Formats: sequence, structure tokens, C-alpha cells
Amino acid sequence: MIAAKRLLDQPWRMIGWLCVVAGLYATYVRFTRGLGASTNLSDDFPWGLWVGFDVVCGVGLAAGGFTISAIVYIFRLEKYRPIARPAVLAAFVGYLMVVGGLLFDLGHPWRLWHPLVMWNHHSVMFEVSWCVTLYTIVLTLEVSSLVFERLRWLRANRRIHMIILPLTLAAVLLSMLHQSSLGSLFLLVPGRLHALWYSPLLPLHFFVSAMAVGCAMTIVESNLSARAFGRCVEADVLDGVARIAAALLGVYLVLRVGDLVVRGVITQLWPLNPAGLFFLAEILLGAAIPMVLFSMGRIRRNTKWLYHTGQLAVIGFVVGRLNVSVTGFEMTAGKTYIPAWTEFAVTAMLVTIGIKVFYLAAKHLPVFEEDHDASLRSRRWRAEMDQQAGSLPNASSVAPAGLLAPEEQVSNERFQPI
Amino acid sequence: MNAILFDANECVGCKACVYACTSENELPDSDEDRLSDRRFTVLEEIDEDEEWYLRRMCMHCVDPSCASACPVGALKKTDLGPVVYDFDKCIGCRYCMVACPFNIPRYEWDSMTPRVRKCQMCRERVAEGKSTACAEACPTGATKFGERSALIAEAWQRIDSAPDAYARHVYGEKEAGGTCVLIIGPQGVMDALNPNIPDGPLPHRTWFVLSQIPAAVAVVGAGLVGVNWIIQRRMKLGDVTTTETREPTEGGAS
Repeated sequence: MIAAKRLLDQPWRMIGWLCVVAGLYATYVRFTRGLGASTNLSDDFPWGLWVGFDVVCGVGLAAGGFTISAIVYIFRLEKYRPIARPAVLAAFVGYLMVVGGLLFDLGHPWRLWHPLVMWNHHSVMFEVSWCVTLYTIVLTLEVSSLVFERLRWLRANRRIHMIILPLTLAAVLLSMLHQSSLGSLFLLVPGRLHALWYSPLLPLHFFVSAMAVGCAMTIVESNLSARAFGRCVEADVLDGVARIAAALLGVYLVLRVGDLVVRGVITQLWPLNPAGLFFLAEILLGAAIPMVLFSMGRIRRNTKWLYHTGQLAVIGFVVGRLNVSVTGFEMTAGKTYIPAWTEFAVTAMLVTIGIKVFYLAAKHLPVFEEDHDASLRSRRWRAEMDQQAGSLPNASSVAPAGLLAPEEQVSNERFQPI
Repeated sequence: MNAILFDANECVGCKACVYACTSENELPDSDEDRLSDRRFTVLEEIDEDEEWYLRRMCMHCVDPSCASACPVGALKKTDLGPVVYDFDKCIGCRYCMVACPFNIPRYEWDSMTPRVRKCQMCRERVAEGKSTACAEACPTGATKFGERSALIAEAWQRIDSAPDAYARHVYGEKEAGGTCVLIIGPQGVMDALNPNIPDGPLPHRTWFVLSQIPAAVAVVGAGLVGVNWIIQRRMKLGDVTTTETREPTEGGAS
């Protein structure tokens, strides 16, 4: 009874549970009766919601991880350091969800490892699977630092810190490759994808829009964590992220619309037709409106508006990616595909699990700045650091000076965070 | 390279090719008139009065999109002509189905161990030097098996000898960079074929991007390392200057 009342009091909790229960049933259908029974996929629409949303959107939405860590660890814009860890954690959880989605979508999920052994270097899909695998390993290493820090495994933690620059470099290069390659996948289908979406520049469009939405996701995720953990939003930092997002969206708009003009496809927008409307929805919601809003100081300074603008950019991005992977095919095929409820249920379950995993990780690991300082101030931690510093000759180069110095310095200096 | 020539003007619609295909590939009997996971070829009636029929089947592209798309190389173009499928490698990503410009591969959606299904141009028979089952079964010679270049020459010869009966087009000679199934016939039949197939081989479009990867990684990687080095160095120098300037001031204050 009490549990039921608690559920009713918290609508989001109840919705989450509904998603999980429905998703579990859909999972049962998928793995006992196959793709035919659990999806509305067909020979005309071999790819649907699971590829279009869980994979193509999921990878894009997790782009905040490499974008922010490049800004912090390669370009050394220290201001953004506080959001680097949450962004990397969000990317890690995102990629776990992508792999989860793939396990549902592949006809033979237990053969997931085949591309690692059976090579076809002419295949974009081969390249994507290699890059996603390697990048997931990179993310695991980056996130493992949080676990090591929590467990106070100083030596292991130090090893990760030593390779943080190469790790970030690998993250940026791998992301550049597979974010753009998700677009290259569709270069092979000039006859089947509507001209509003088929473009030789698809890889570039995918890469730039992924970085932009990575920034938007970081804004959304910062606001949500602030609410969940009763923290303050890093207003100054997010202001900068919004500026970067505005610039990236501007570049994307120029590339996207310029490409349509140069290829002479822009005329297909008029008279208004379904394809044109989907395109306008994608461009206005996902690029034009957020770009204008993100570039307005009044919006950037208002936490609530900034959050909503971020949400808008994310929604528009999802519409855009689904346009390429589903709608654009529907428009040329003249046939419609509407996902089965089981497809929605699995997707909703994966998203719910992802949010829950992020929440739990953020709660128990030193993800946010405060946790950091708190763990630094704990006496036991400092004692251990002193001991480590004493036993290792080179420790002072790794452990910040503040840790070995009197108490008042501790709040100013931080252990070099990942 | 072997190929199949289908001449719609010779076809009488007896479906001997369909039945031969069914028994050769041990497919279940069914009346399906569209390609499916149990039908590798069908005979489509284009015009009842004119008795025009059109065979639908895998086109066995010279440079197939499906084989280039497959991440594990489960689909392959063989030197003899057939584009063949190796189920033991397939992971079921279905990119081949998305990639095929002719929308040919079919999937066993209701199976727990689903296979991609399509015509394999009787790979065993062809390897033994025999013709495909459909060509052997055809009573009128509407489906003919042979060397691709010879069949293209024969197709043009047939078109030239009866210009009124044929459209001046050998479908498959140039489509998607050329296919190993060639189709000729009256304009009415040719109109039923997908006209939106670009002439060049489609895999070139993705290979163009993939082949840039090593250079892109090298350039961007070097660029990022360089930028990082400069920034680190400037930060270090900046630190030195600030401490140098700060120290005298602090000294002066005390």
C-alpha cells in the first residue's frame, strides 16, 4: 500500500516502472518469437525505430562526451572542467544503451563480435562497429577513473590520469570517424533516400550536428542533475556551452541549407508536401530556432529558458536523424512504417534504464565538483594521500600541492579531475 | 563473368523458371507473386492483353552494394558472376537490404535464426559449369544463361533486328555500374523497371569517404596534438610569468 502510494505521488517514477514492465514483456516477445512478431519491420523497411532512434540518435546524443572532453583536455579551457565528468559519464551510459539497442535489433545478437574478426574494410558498417567498440573501451577507461577514485585506488587512478590526453585524443578521433560514418551509411542509397536528405555531405552534416546536439544534451543533462541532486546549475559554464552550440548550429545550418541550394533541391520544399514539412520541422526545431535562442544573452542567462532551448535542440535533432533513417525512405518508397508498440516499449525501457544508471552513478561516484571537494576534505582520504605521497618519490607531480599543504589550501586546489 | 538475359518478348508466362527455382532451392510451394523469403524469383504480369511478363530476381550487380555494405563479408561477388551469401557470418544487421538499389534481399522475419534470402544464381550449378535452373527450364529461350559480354551483344542484336518490338535499352548494361541480369523487351515492360538507378557503381560513393579516413585521422590527430602542445606550453609560460610577477609584489607588501 505504502509503496503504491509512493508511486502515485511520483508520476515520473510510475512512468519509469511502466516503461520497464512493458519493455520486459516486449523483450520476451523479441527473444522468443523473433523480429517479425516484435516489430513492424518488413522487407520494405528493414530498419526502423531501433536503428533510427536507439542507434543513430543515441550515438549522436552521446556526442557531448567527446565534445566537452576535447574542450577541456585538448583545448584546456579550464572553465568547462566541472561538466567534463558528467558529460563523459552520460556518453558512457549512452553507448551502453546503443549496444543494448543493437542487441535487440540484430538478427543474431550473439554474433555481435563478428565484425571484429571477419573484416570487410569496404563496409561503412564495419568501420562504425570498430569505432563504436573502441570508443566504448575508451569511455570505460575514462569512467573507471571515477570508480578508482571512489574506491581510493590511487595507483590505478593515477595510471588513468597519465593517459588522459591520449585517451581524449582517441575519443575525439574515433568519434569523428563514427559520428560522420553514421551519415556515410546512407551514401550508398541515392535512389532510395529522398533528395532532401541524401547528400554527398551527409558525413559532414552528421558530425557537425552531433557536436551541436552534444552541447545541447550537456545543458539538458546539467539541469536535470541539478534538479535531481538539489545542486546549483553551473550557469557560467552552461552559458559558454550554449555559445558553442549556437556557433555549431550556425555552421550546420549553412552546410545543410547551402548544400540544398547548390544541388537545386531546395525547390522541392514548395508547394508544401509531407517531406518538406518533416524537413522544416527538423531544420526549425533542431537548428534555426535553438541557434537564435542560444545566441541571445537573455536566454542564456535564464536557467529555465536555456534548459528548454536545449530540449528543443534535442527534439529537433531526433526528428532530423529519424528523417534520414526512416522518413526519407518512406517518402521515396511511398509506403509507411509505424513502429509497433513493442518497439516503443523497448526504446522507452532502454531510456529509463539509462537515466537510472546515470542517476545511480552520479549519486555514488565523484561526478560533480562538490563530491570532489567533499572527498578531498575527508580526513581519511587526505591521510591516504599523504601516505601515498610519502611512499612514492614522484607523487608530488601527480598529487596536487594543496593536498600536502595546510588545510586552508585544500579548498582552492583540487585533485586533478578527469 | 556469367549472366542471365531475360527477353520479355520471348516470355509466354508459363512460370517454368519459377517452378525450377523453387525445386532447385528446395523452397516451399506457395502462390506468392512477390519476392519473399520463400520466392527468389517471380514472374510479374505487366499487361494481360499484350501478354507481357517481367521476371523479378536479384540482379547480381558487377559491383554489388550489398557486398560492399556487409560489415562481415557475408555477401560476396564471385568471379563466376553470382553474388552469394554466407549465413554463418551474417550478424543480421540488414544493411544489405537497405543498401540494395533494387530492393531485392528478403529476410526471414518470423525465424529466431533469420537468414537473408535471395537468388544466388544457382552457385553450385554455375560452379560446375552448368546453366542456372531457370534458364535450363525456360522452353522459349526468354531466360538465357551465358557469358555477360556475349549476352549484351546478343541483346543489342535482338533489339536491332526488331526495333519496333523492343525499347532501345538493355537494362542492367549500365545500371548501378552494370548487373549480371540483363533485361530487354517492349517499352511497356521496361517502364516497370526502377528508373532511379544511377549509372555508376554505388559502392564507390562510400569507398570515397572510407578511403579518406587514414589521411583525416593523421591530419586531425596531428592538428589536435599540436594545438594542445602550444596551449600547454603557453599555460606553463603563463604560470612562470605570473609567479615571477607575483613574488616581488608579495615581497613588497610584507
